[in-house]
Amino acid sequence: MALDIAAKAETAVQPADLSVSGLSKSFGGAAPIFSDIGFEVARGASVALVGANGTGKSTLLRCCLGLIPADSGRVELLGTETARLGARARRALRARTGMVAQRHNLVPRLSVLSNVLHGLLGRGSGPRYWTHMLAPAEARDAAMAALAKVGLAHLATRRADGLSGGQSQRVAIARALVCQPRFLIADEPTASLDPAAGEEVMALFFKLVRSEGVTVIFTSHNVDHALGYGDRVLGLAGGRLAIDAPAGELTKRDLGALYA
Amino acid sequence: MPELMQRRTEPRGPARIERPSALAFLAYALAAIALVWAFDGAGWSAEKLASSGPRLADFMSRAWPPSFDALDRLGLKMVETLQIAIAGAALGIVLSLPVALLAARGVLAGRFVNWLTRTALGFIRAVPDLAWALVFVVAVGLGPFAGMLAILMDTLGFCARFFADDMENVDPGPAEALTATGARKIDIAATAIIPAAMPAFISTSLYGLEKAVRSSTILGLVGAGGIGMELKVGFDLFDYPTAMTVILMIAVVVVLVEQLGAVLRRRIIGTEGR
Repeated sequence: MALDIAAKAETAVQPADLSVSGLSKSFGGAAPIFSDIGFEVARGASVALVGANGTGKSTLLRCCLGLIPADSGRVELLGTETARLGARARRALRARTGMVAQRHNLVPRLSVLSNVLHGLLGRGSGPRYWTHMLAPAEARDAAMAALAKVGLAHLATRRADGLSGGQSQRVAIARALVCQPRFLIADEPTASLDPAAGEEVMALFFKLVRSEGVTVIFTSHNVDHALGYGDRVLGLAGGRLAIDAPAGELTKRDLGALYA
Repeated sequence: MPELMQRRTEPRGPARIERPSALAFLAYALAAIALVWAFDGAGWSAEKLASSGPRLADFMSRAWPPSFDALDRLGLKMVETLQIAIAGAALGIVLSLPVALLAARGVLAGRFVNWLTRTALGFIRAVPDLAWALVFVVAVGLGPFAGMLAILMDTLGFCARFFADDMENVDPGPAEALTATGARKIDIAATAIIPAAMPAFISTSLYGLEKAVRSSTILGLVGAGGIGMELKVGFDLFDYPTAMTVILMIAVVVVLVEQLGAVLRRRIIGTEGR
């Protein structure tokens, strides 16, 4: 069976930025959405997480960042076990992480620049970081630089709800990258975009994260994206990790079997 | 005829009127009993209703035309009424925001503080504005300041509750994205939750202001300032033409404020609904 791919990823030379073992999660006492999940993501690697709808990809990513608690198991993120952290230490850890979601999750009524500036809230707190009008010069400069990297510096003062889908997702990428994270999760970052805009955003996103050495774990239903942008591919099916292999060793058919 | 035969072979539709279950029947019967009980307690009288027409006509004949002799004084009292409403509502709206932050689940505070704050807001709302006015007349004396404080409490109970509901109902996506970057709860509230809830806040605030104007017109009945006192005096002295003038002034001002609120809601947030 194609799902029984036994090929395990080669032992990472780089230390792991994310180490997950025995992770299980259920909602409301129902059967676990996934159980006994274990994998590692090496520093600077890009890992694709694929699987059919409802297999728990988004939930797994959120468990990795500690955004939702797992039922059991262990998550070590950037060398820190997340379950043991207090609120302050958890925030300090998260200041080194970021997230790009399927829906860009910008605040519609605020300016593009303010939205990007909010990516720095893990580093700086208080009213000076709430709006670009009050922001410290270095924070404004960092936000403008991030916007320039995604090619949208000229839209800094425009309201976020005046952007196209592709532009919004680029702003979301700028917000995620402005704090220079070491670890990013991207949950179907192009699912809400048309194919052309999706390709453009994916290419830009990976060009930036690769150039800055950010470790990425992303979900996608696009098999080409998973194989093209991932160094490794994790496949979820039936609540288990059915695939954990280098992208170069997998074919479209292997991943297609996850959706059968 | 063959068509009819064919039709009979098709599956029957549901019954036009479904027979209620025993529990539903009991609920209907209890509701009917409660309604009769309420009308009885409220002194429902068809005879009184029938005989009220001539009395109302008599009042109208004595009140019409309205008297404009005291229009200067009444105008000043109406201005004072609006001042009470605007000041009380403004302060109530401003205070509603921090209270709502404590009342909204999943924003700043834990569940116990959410519950405690919502219970306190429920108490504030349960006390009618006239009762608050009586309390503040005792506390700060007769006059518009007592009225303003009464409006403040009334607005706080109304706006803080709805602000909290509005914050709980915003799209959680932006807040999650900022949580993932290590932002504090207060920063997330200020940058993701409050801006997203702002259109609803504005709409709620405008309703709060309209409500404050309506309430402030009768606070004078208990000595808490505004034009309500003139209404009471008019009726007490059987000066019905002046009382009629006051009633018409109140109606015009309340309708104007409601119209203004509708226009502002359309202009600012593009909707008239809350």
